Amino acid sequence: MSRSGNILFSGVGGQGILLASEITAYALLEAGLDTKKSEVHGMAQRGGLVVAHLRFGDKVYSPLIAPGTADFLVAFETMESVRYLPFLHKNSTVIVNTHKIPPPAVALGEVPYPDNILAEFTKRHIKTFLIDGFGIAKSVAESRSANLALVGALSSLLPIAEEIFIAVMQKRLPRSLEKNIAAFKAGRAITSK
Amino acid sequence: MAHKETLWLSGNEAIARAAWEAGVSVASGYPGTPSTEILENLGQYADVYSEWAPNEKVAMEVALGASFAGARVLTTLKHVGLNVAADPLFSSAYTGIRGGMVIVNADDPEMHSSQNEQDNRNYAYAAKIPMFEPADPAEAHAMLLDAFELSEKMDTPVFVRTTARIAHAKGLVSVGNRRVNETKIGFYKNPTKVVLLPEISRVRRQEIAARFARLRDFAESYARNTIEPGDTRMGIITGGISYLYSKEAFPKAAILKLGLCWPLPEQKIRAFAELVDEVVIVEELDPFLETHIKAMGIKCGGQDRIPAIGELNSAIVNQALGGEKPEIMAPVDLPQRPANMCPGCPHRGIFYNLARLDIFVSGDIGCYTLGFLPPLSAIDSCVCMGASIGIAHGLNKAIGGDSYKKIVSVIGDSTFIHSGITGLANMIYNQSSATVLLLDNRTTGMTGQQPNPVSGTTLMGDPANVIDLEQLCRAVGVKHICTVNPHDIEDTQKVLQEELARDATSVIISRAPCVLAPSMKKTKTVPCIISETDCSGCKTCINLGCPAISWRATSENEAKKPGLKEKEEGHAQISPEMCNGCGQCLNICQFMAITKAEK
Repeated sequence: MSRSGNILFSGVGGQGILLASEITAYALLEAGLDTKKSEVHGMAQRGGLVVAHLRFGDKVYSPLIAPGTADFLVAFETMESVRYLPFLHKNSTVIVNTHKIPPPAVALGEVPYPDNILAEFTKRHIKTFLIDGFGIAKSVAESRSANLALVGALSSLLPIAEEIFIAVMQKRLPRSLEKNIAAFKAGRAITSK
Repeated sequence: MAHKETLWLSGNEAIARAAWEAGVSVASGYPGTPSTEILENLGQYADVYSEWAPNEKVAMEVALGASFAGARVLTTLKHVGLNVAADPLFSSAYTGIRGGMVIVNADDPEMHSSQNEQDNRNYAYAAKIPMFEPADPAEAHAMLLDAFELSEKMDTPVFVRTTARIAHAKGLVSVGNRRVNETKIGFYKNPTKVVLLPEISRVRRQEIAARFARLRDFAESYARNTIEPGDTRMGIITGGISYLYSKEAFPKAAILKLGLCWPLPEQKIRAFAELVDEVVIVEELDPFLETHIKAMGIKCGGQDRIPAIGELNSAIVNQALGGEKPEIMAPVDLPQRPANMCPGCPHRGIFYNLARLDIFVSGDIGCYTLGFLPPLSAIDSCVCMGASIGIAHGLNKAIGGDSYKKIVSVIGDSTFIHSGITGLANMIYNQSSATVLLLDNRTTGMTGQQPNPVSGTTLMGDPANVIDLEQLCRAVGVKHICTVNPHDIEDTQKVLQEELARDATSVIISRAPCVLAPSMKKTKTVPCIISETDCSGCKTCINLGCPAISWRATSENEAKKPGLKEKEEGHAQISPEMCNGCGQCLNICQFMAITKAEK
């Protein structure tokens, strides 16, 4: 596993994306890697798109991931994975939450939610992991732990020991620690097979 | 907290930390993305007095006053906020300071959350005030400390300019201890310096020129204006975030990194130009460095190749300057996902009503600007803070006749206090007729629920006076003032129709708290539910545009089930996780299909 990389987190406001990117970043920092993150605030908080760029390595300059250079895409909403296709390269790995949130045009009944959207990855031979974040959250009885299931799925692909992630969660998660760790482990199990 | 350590901070957190370390004792600003979190963080330190002022002009005057007393002061604002504060800004260069004064200005290239794109480095030039430009949170921290030193050494306010990619980027920052302010705090009378009457200002103008010469000397020796040796075929002059993009795109190129973007170190720039075959300026937005470097007679390029609109990134810089264009996967056409008002937002009820009237809605800056988006689509103009009222008055004066029947201004409480009151005074004084809808949700919503003079609390959490908006409007001279509950759509509609018919200025106060207000978060809510058998599929509730309500098309098999009418194309559904039971949909459903869920 490379000691440098670019992780793009995407989704919809309110999904816990920023917390997930924070936990990942602190784990990278604990592992002694230079880490920079950039995110968009403001209007994006109101149910719009949320994106966080996370870059790590021995020395990171720009906080932004350039198009075509994201090694990992962690999408918290199904359709919001495909939107960032221009950021990927042919060896990128995509982690997608199977949860769907209808965008306004779909909610208004004007257009259907795009059908079989993840075929965009398979037809380009991009490695894709589907994570039922909602299902995992339900199974650990903590409705807000889907984001940590996704972090768990990402964690096995990063050059960091699982213990580091656990230690970061112990330090930085104020509530439902055990349930969140269980969600993390469930997500991790899917990508470590 | 009070020893040397390395923290992982956002640019805004790093600036707040540095302000505390610099010994700042008074800070004042107005919320604005991407600057807001600086004061929110600084407000956590009990030994710094931090406040939200009603607008940026007041904030800067507060900072200047505290500086006159000898305190180190900070004022924070976004780029358009500096337009509001431009009046005290230009004069502060004349008065100078006593305690160090730093103005943190956050620009928003790409307009992530702004109505315009503006390069405020031009203000440094125009106001003759030096400006630091950090590249990342670590530099933002270091340069804020440098800025206070320079401010006191040169007797001038000093700018630190960030952009969204510094303010909201996180990186490692070495932090230190709080400095003890050595300047004694008290009254210092110095009229020939700070009473800006023409004869005094003429003398001060000379002093600004003399100071500017000293600032140029400082720029030549400033340690963060540095030449990084490298490949001399293309020498890059850059600063701020553009330095990081340049470094990433051309790690081996010779670079002159300007930590101070105004004034410029002319000797150093000349020396660098001598070293390299070609000088290229890499900067975001206006050709600011390029224009001033060209004026020195130095041959250089930059915006002949690099775009002057929007944000840069390392790929744009690389390709503009001859790098290879990698193969990029084409985007897939997907439905857009614009920001929306929250489920249960009181503004939604107002815009649902406005959308059903044949009127001109003069909008303003805030969450309610989202009333522009479909399906509400009920805003006809939005210009700047407070403009909704002036625009309405202008429309009424130009069109005359019974145009008042069709003019509505929509303005939030924080924006009204910021710069709407003067517009209302003008409406009354110069006798126009229009309806002003004052959306009072008790907070500054869009930037993240900062308290303001109608909220009842301060930035630091102390209880505060609440401006009585009815009394205020009455004192201005408004004769017709009424209050509505925006969640009651029928009643609001009646009041709107009555006030629009009136040939006088009237104010309708729409009063309901922001759903994200702390008090609302604690309130237990009962979500609404839709009975599928009663829902006729008329889409009336869908047209509220509430994120909790969505349309489910009936599948072919389903349509034949008993209870569903054959012609029905589908029905509305409410997400119980998202609904907070505001009842707007319940209020407008003609088929009684929506009820409160039993709990």
